[in-house]
Amino acid sequence: MIAATAAPLTFSAYSLIALLFQFLNSFGFIVLATVGLAIIFGMMGVINLAHGEFILIGVYGTALPFHAGVPLPVAMIGGVVAATVFGVLVERTIVNRFYDRLLDSMVATWGLALVVSQLLLIVFGSSLDSISAPMGSVAYGPFSSSIYRSVFLPLVAVAVLVGLYALFTRTEFGIKARATIEDPETARAMGIDTDRMYTVTFAIGSALAGLTGALYAPALGSITPNRGSTFLVEAFVAVVVGGPSVIVGTLSAAGVLSVFNATGSFLFGTFIGQMLLLLVAIVALRALPNGISGYLDDWQQRRRAEE
Amino acid sequence: MTLEVAGLDAGYGGTPILRDVDLTVNDGEIVGIVGRNGVGKTTLLKAIMGLLDPEAGTVRVDGTDLTHEPADVHARSGIGYVPQGRDVFPGLTVEQNLTIGEGIGDSDETRYEQVYDYFPILEERADQDAGTMSGGQQQMLAIGRALVGDPDLLVVDEPSEGVQPSIVQSITSDLERINEEFGTTILFVEQNLSVIQGLSERCYAIDHGTIVDEIDADGVRDRERLEEYLVV
Repeated sequence: MIAATAAPLTFSAYSLIALLFQFLNSFGFIVLATVGLAIIFGMMGVINLAHGEFILIGVYGTALPFHAGVPLPVAMIGGVVAATVFGVLVERTIVNRFYDRLLDSMVATWGLALVVSQLLLIVFGSSLDSISAPMGSVAYGPFSSSIYRSVFLPLVAVAVLVGLYALFTRTEFGIKARATIEDPETARAMGIDTDRMYTVTFAIGSALAGLTGALYAPALGSITPNRGSTFLVEAFVAVVVGGPSVIVGTLSAAGVLSVFNATGSFLFGTFIGQMLLLLVAIVALRALPNGISGYLDDWQQRRRAEE
Repeated sequence: MTLEVAGLDAGYGGTPILRDVDLTVNDGEIVGIVGRNGVGKTTLLKAIMGLLDPEAGTVRVDGTDLTHEPADVHARSGIGYVPQGRDVFPGLTVEQNLTIGEGIGDSDETRYEQVYDYFPILEERADQDAGTMSGGQQQMLAIGRALVGDPDLLVVDEPSEGVQPSIVQSITSDLERINEEFGTTILFVEQNLSVIQGLSERCYAIDHGTIVDEIDADGVRDRERLEEYLVV
């Protein structure tokens, strides 16, 4: 009797591996769900509450061609393209009226989210057939983990962050984009077409949302028009906890949140894991109102001032 | 580059600041605009630069009407802008700030060699974040950034503001040298008497948002006449 009740709480080496995979799974998900939202927020001061639906367009853009017989990797490109095109259209018609109007942008994009998910429901019905995850899984002791979700996607997440870091620090576009964030008026006076920078940035954010949708299309189970919120909640929490810096913020928030989410999910199930994530977010916001990257910036400035 | 401003009215959100401003800067000239705080000097430069859309009047550069074009079009037509308070991009390095300046002017030609010759500190500190430099160094960077794209007209907003006196002197002579060596036309606003007298070939006095006096080369040497527009 005692042995039976004690067993689930006994940590073996297998449990630690399972916990690590759970962490990687959660980390990959949070990073990929967040980057698109973080770039648009960090650069344009716009919170895109339709971000989950942008990802969903990536999911549908992948699933529809896949079910029509297109190989999965090629279908995924379809998802990225669909979300990017949609993003550019939305930026040119709606979002360009809401630069640096945080609350207004949230209301407008929330409305857009409702429209998109209802349209998906009307056009494609209540669900699409699920796509099985590629790459199989690895079994160890009593556990097994999906290689695609727990190894491949976290690696892609890291690659995306490295790519963004290179884009923003090593390319002329990135330097101009940062100049535009820091001081749009002066940037314009230096010959930068800031409107175009915003459109391109929104397109990059949308493409990343599309990529996330494409990558998670075979990892979602059932594909339904309301899945957007799954992504939005974690992305929103991560942006708020991470703060204004896109890369440092996303990376640190994903790291911290995944530790709690993975541990909670592993010990007590995904519901508790999700609750723990929100709880940590609330505590983090009380302690660091400008997010982790905002705190690091302040700390750096104070240190500089002391020197 | 010739700049002609005629009948210019401009303001912020319905509050008029500039009224019927006329001024001309001829190719290769250095022209100053003198006036006290809050009389519309910065507003005038912003309207000329396209950062503020004028309500009436025209801004012409070499005969081309740029009145309602956005600032990036002004910059690409060859106007280099040095904003008040310098406004370098603090989180970018010195070198990255200069890279941004390459967008000024329509040619691919750059003047890094000359910029580093005028301001050697910018080459030494190429990798330093611009926000960590002193006021004078940031002013040099702001001028260097406007110069690197080889502009035909430099528009400079209070080059002496927040800069130590010893450095003011060197910045003044740098601007003069830029004008001599490249024939760059310069329009600047200033309330520091020695900068005005040291730099301008002629100047305009501005008060309550309108040009109240046109001061020729002899007038520029007349300290009392200038002080009339500067002393509160």
